[in-house]
Amino acid sequence: MAALYEGYTLCGLVPTQNPPESGIQGIELDRDDDRVLVTDSTRSVTVYKVSDQKPLGSWTVKQGQFISCPAVYNSQTKEYVAVTNDNVIRVWKTEDVNIDQAFKATVSAEIYRVHSVPDYEPVVLFRRGGVRYLDSLLTAPQQPIEEVLLEDEVIRWSTMVRTEQQLLVLFSSEQRGKHFLYVQRFSPNTLVKHQLEAGPHLSAPLSYAATFREEHIHLLYWFPNGSVYESVLPARHPAPAAAEEVQALPRSLLLQLPIGEGELRSASALPLDEAHVAVVGVSHPSAGTGKDYLCLWNTHFQTLQASRELAGKIYGQVWCYYGKLFVTHGKTLSVIPFECQKSSLAAALGKLKQTRTNGNCRSSLVPSWNTLPHGDKPGKSRGVTTRRTVRRAHTLRTNMRDAICTHSGPVEEVEQKVEMFLIGAEQAEQQLAVGRLVCELVARCRAEPSFYPRVSLLQLADTRYLCHSVCPGLLTLALEKKDFRLCQVCLQLFPDIPEAITCACLKVILGIPDAELECVALEPDSLHLMKALTQGPVPSNDDGGEHNGFCPAPLEEDGGGSTAPDAKVTPAPLDTSDRGTKPCKDLPAIYMDCPVGLHKGALLNEVLQTAYSDSLLLPYLKDLTVTQVILFLQYLQFLYLKYSQDVLPQIQALRMPAVTQIMEWVCLLLDAHFTVLVLAPEAKHLLSGLHKFVKSQVKLFSELGKIEGSLQVLKNSKQSHQTGQYSIEVVELF
Amino acid sequence: MGEFTVHRVRFFHYMPSAVRALAFQPQRQKIAVARTDGSLEILNRADHLFQEKVIPGREQRGTEALAWAGQRLFSAGLNGELVEYDMQELREKYRLDASGGPVWTLTCNPQGTRLAVGCEDGTVKLFEVCDDGIQFERNLAKQKGRILSLSWHPSGSRLVAGMAGVIWVFDAGTGQSVHRLLVERGTGAPRSKECVVWSVVCLSDGTIVSGDSSGNVKVWDGDTGTLIRNHQVTKWDVLALSVSQDETSLVAGTSEGTVVQFQHLSVVLGREDKEWVQTRTFKNHTHDVRAVLELDTAVVSGGMDTQLVVRPLLDKIDVKTSASALRKIHFPHRRLVSCSRTARLLLFQHRIHLELWRLGESEGTGVPGSSLPIKRKPEKLLHLKTKGEEHICCSALSPCGGWVVVSTVTNLRLYRLQCDETISITKVSKLPKVVSSANQICFSSDSSYLFTASTCSSVHVLALSQSGCTFVCTLKPKSCSGQAILLLTASDDGKWLAAANADHEVQVYNLQKRKAYCTVPVYSSGVTAMSINPATNNLFMVHADQQIFEFSLEQKQYTDWSRLVHRKGLHPQWLERDTPVTNVTFSPRNPAHVILHDMYMFCIIDQTLPLPERNSQLVNQLTLRSLPEKERRAHSHAFKICKTFKELLFVELLEDQSLVVIERPLLDITAQLPPPVRQKKFAT
Repeated sequence: MAALYEGYTLCGLVPTQNPPESGIQGIELDRDDDRVLVTDSTRSVTVYKVSDQKPLGSWTVKQGQFISCPAVYNSQTKEYVAVTNDNVIRVWKTEDVNIDQAFKATVSAEIYRVHSVPDYEPVVLFRRGGVRYLDSLLTAPQQPIEEVLLEDEVIRWSTMVRTEQQLLVLFSSEQRGKHFLYVQRFSPNTLVKHQLEAGPHLSAPLSYAATFREEHIHLLYWFPNGSVYESVLPARHPAPAAAEEVQALPRSLLLQLPIGEGELRSASALPLDEAHVAVVGVSHPSAGTGKDYLCLWNTHFQTLQASRELAGKIYGQVWCYYGKLFVTHGKTLSVIPFECQKSSLAAALGKLKQTRTNGNCRSSLVPSWNTLPHGDKPGKSRGVTTRRTVRRAHTLRTNMRDAICTHSGPVEEVEQKVEMFLIGAEQAEQQLAVGRLVCELVARCRAEPSFYPRVSLLQLADTRYLCHSVCPGLLTLALEKKDFRLCQVCLQLFPDIPEAITCACLKVILGIPDAELECVALEPDSLHLMKALTQGPVPSNDDGGEHNGFCPAPLEEDGGGSTAPDAKVTPAPLDTSDRGTKPCKDLPAIYMDCPVGLHKGALLNEVLQTAYSDSLLLPYLKDLTVTQVILFLQYLQFLYLKYSQDVLPQIQALRMPAVTQIMEWVCLLLDAHFTVLVLAPEAKHLLSGLHKFVKSQVKLFSELGKIEGSLQVLKNSKQSHQTGQYSIEVVELF
Repeated sequence: MGEFTVHRVRFFHYMPSAVRALAFQPQRQKIAVARTDGSLEILNRADHLFQEKVIPGREQRGTEALAWAGQRLFSAGLNGELVEYDMQELREKYRLDASGGPVWTLTCNPQGTRLAVGCEDGTVKLFEVCDDGIQFERNLAKQKGRILSLSWHPSGSRLVAGMAGVIWVFDAGTGQSVHRLLVERGTGAPRSKECVVWSVVCLSDGTIVSGDSSGNVKVWDGDTGTLIRNHQVTKWDVLALSVSQDETSLVAGTSEGTVVQFQHLSVVLGREDKEWVQTRTFKNHTHDVRAVLELDTAVVSGGMDTQLVVRPLLDKIDVKTSASALRKIHFPHRRLVSCSRTARLLLFQHRIHLELWRLGESEGTGVPGSSLPIKRKPEKLLHLKTKGEEHICCSALSPCGGWVVVSTVTNLRLYRLQCDETISITKVSKLPKVVSSANQICFSSDSSYLFTASTCSSVHVLALSQSGCTFVCTLKPKSCSGQAILLLTASDDGKWLAAANADHEVQVYNLQKRKAYCTVPVYSSGVTAMSINPATNNLFMVHADQQIFEFSLEQKQYTDWSRLVHRKGLHPQWLERDTPVTNVTFSPRNPAHVILHDMYMFCIIDQTLPLPERNSQLVNQLTLRSLPEKERRAHSHAFKICKTFKELLFVELLEDQSLVVIERPLLDITAQLPPPVRQKKFAT
């Protein structure tokens, strides 16, 4: 899930002499995340405060001079750096009014660009491939600069990437149709040359982008036919021998964008995180030929996540700083905030399920004490709002979210803020923000053992925007804190709980005494189901001893007689009335009391209904202790017996385990603990009871099979009457 | 339309015989089918596989092999004789003893000039095809054992012969053997059982493909005589092989009832070297597949289960039409039953005998869908065996029920029949000498004349009376293509006679003036059934492509209704049916009602009602039944189709407005077949 929010205009574009260019050379970060440095294509540099859409300061060079590369901010000296007329470096501070009176130094070679990242010294890249730190260059401006590139080779693009320990400068070059990538590393200075793979149908790449994550540099470049390729480079210093020659750069196709007819001309792609790419200048897949769209694509699932049509001509320029995209189009430079959620399949698929449940049951049947009293009203009532207020509200809430994340106050304050946030946020926004919020809260809970915002977590989980892959720690945290209410919600709502966690839940639930569970407020519907189950035809003891119905008794006497249990099992209400007076152990095959308490049963039901894959679940199931296994088997047997009686239709519950689910769990448990159950003396009684009942069921079904066969024969014989040699029949034609 | 009492007859135990050999004539798109009873059928592939010609067989003379030499068709059998057929007169032209014992195989070289015959005594005999017959040319080197299969190299220079355990390659010029290929027994086969090469095919690049009794299709290099590849396709026998004209596809018929296709493909994509790869398996037969033909876009197969299956190869077909659907031909495309409407008699034509039955009677009435109680059971009145070995060519029962006529290729007999309380039958002796045999026979409606189709499309007219039979005249067409007459029909008022021949021509004769009257415009497809409407004297014709024409004899032009049908076009579903209409008859009460049937349905066309719209439902009886009475009129159209009765051989409307339908369930035919090869199935 990703979304583009309402955008706004930062500034107008100066019309240029040569139309295909936008009039902006570059946008670089200024000292904080709300200020950017915009260099236009001619002579001026402007600092804007983004949220206010206001320029804070502007500098212009003299007539006859021109700024040849985007100005940058040197965070170490708090100065701005720009290059004029290709070889004059200018350095000035905010207080300087006139750029011409500021410091300048002429260097011996033409400069391609100056790159700067916060907390590092800026780096100067020369046209012929030489690279210097700015400070070392300024100490000796006239030092000779080596020529790295060949004669007819020109730089097409460059960037600087900050890895964990060091800086890297990457630049690509073109020489007679061949494309190369250079990687410059510092201390020790090494330069590695890679050649980009050239395909038969691929011309020059349209745009490049490089990001650093997981100790590798991911280079993204795309071609006019719409294919976006990714190459992965190691961030560390390579083996020295390999640095000598040109290395081929392997690539993999990341995304194939639909481009409509013709090739792309001015377009650009920018990676936002490991799964999302922002693309401008490509048509919307369903919008036809117009190419003036800004789209967010998910590269994992190849899906379009969000798109925005942009008015006017697209120049193929896009920058991204601090959750905002800067796009030039038409006569404006627009700022478009965006949000990307962690990409997971469950989030993509689970959404379908959630919208369905949202529709029918959440509103009416699930009690509303945990849903917010006016959950979606604010969004609807605010029908007439200006763009500005929407944007304000958005930034307000973004701030609020960040505040919650960074807040270090007590639990009550956090809970209050979360509630405020949930009231204010709109649906799409919530979906994006909730995952991050929960992750932050879980991280804080882990850091501070005393901190646990119970209510907030429940509220957030109940938004139904979460799944296990979005917040992996939530369910385990809830288990550790014994927050079974949250556990239940997670088990119900998460479509993608790993089998290991499911088993851990099962283990905790089985291990905890019933008395401790009774005080937990669980979802009323699940408790209602358990009540209905325990109030079978035979009155059950609700006070909840674990094994009350099932004191082990020697049952060898009816082990041999196979007809005797059959007679008992055939569900005959008349028969039970007189037998019901006898002690329970005489009727083990049909009636038993619930071996667990109501609350524990309700939680076990949730576990039974989670999705799992049996081969993955089996190894974890082996972790259960013998007593847990027996208890769980007893409970499953209880459920199975209940389901085979006629109580089932009377129960009206929203969620209840299906018979097949129960049977599968029984099989899994028996599989996982086969030897243990054979050896454990206390399991013998349980197993023989289960076996007897299953046997009777099998018998019943085989009888049903016979009936089916004879009914089939009857049906067939009805159809094929008369196959004699001669008959006189009447037909009617209309 | 109303209710009909239907006599549902299943006591006609018609039994087709097994298909033994197939041969294809590519220029005229004719498929020749030889059956084990010696009969021969010619199917026209260009005309919806219509069975144009049938040459009846003969007892004790089975055909083993068929070969086209240009337009001429030859066959050979275990009686050791070669036969050439007269395709115009639908009879044997001559027979010639090959003097080598029983003949197992026969093949003609691709040039159509020489016949090679494989004999029991181990010789391959070459015959030269001359204009007026065939002439023995030479023997190839004699081998030990019988020659079971033969194939010419497409150039005609080499001849490959399959025997038990050996394949010989002969040079057709010198007559000497060039190679001897040993065919091994399959693994696990008993030592005493030799591997019999049932079929060989020689390809133009010298490759030889053989099919043998151990279930293998073997590919040999004919130049070096080495085995290239072996495909085990079945546990039982591979009986027949056929290769496509372009030699890219090969089919093999097996005893299991499967047809296996091989294709000449490059195993690695884009590489030149090709191999024969087993690609598809078709299972359309329950018994042995004795003969296969690969016709580029379809595979024709036939065998012990008597049906002929045309299986399209969908990868070769661009446009899907009704012609590209799977077709199975079970029944002959002509009438085997004649019926006396007034006397309620049925005459069934078997291979060498006739059966005469009287229909039963019922009492009372019943609701639609019910069976009526039978008051009198049907009665078999007569079992009439023909003399001699020849099979019956045609037969007829007069409308009054008083005459029966039956003809073989050489002999025509007329019987006077009296069936009151007792049955008496007397053969009419002293028939006029002109009428020694007939291709087709028909009575006039008052049973006073007999029309017999003879050579050169001519029709002899005989007058029948108590005293006997006298020759009246011979009707000859104005222009004669010489083709045999396939259908004859006379008008009710005794004025007209129409005759359709194998060249799709329909001649109309004026019986009062006793001369040719006119010719119906020739249509591209053959006439499968025709009849003259008793009320209007319009000739109603149905063709193999399912088109319907109505021709007014008096005005010598198509009727308005016929023009309307062709302007509007018939319903697509009607045109998609794959069995031809084999009988047309009229309702005596309502002349606008035409009754016709094919194998799967019968239909009453009400010419007063509008034709069905293209996108409407054609078979709409169930819909109409569910509608209330008033709305039926708005939804009904001219074609009233009833599919209650299936596998129909004959449908006729009797005088009392009750229908006779004669069914021959395919299951009953299957039940009479010998058991198929045993196959292991689950749970048996």
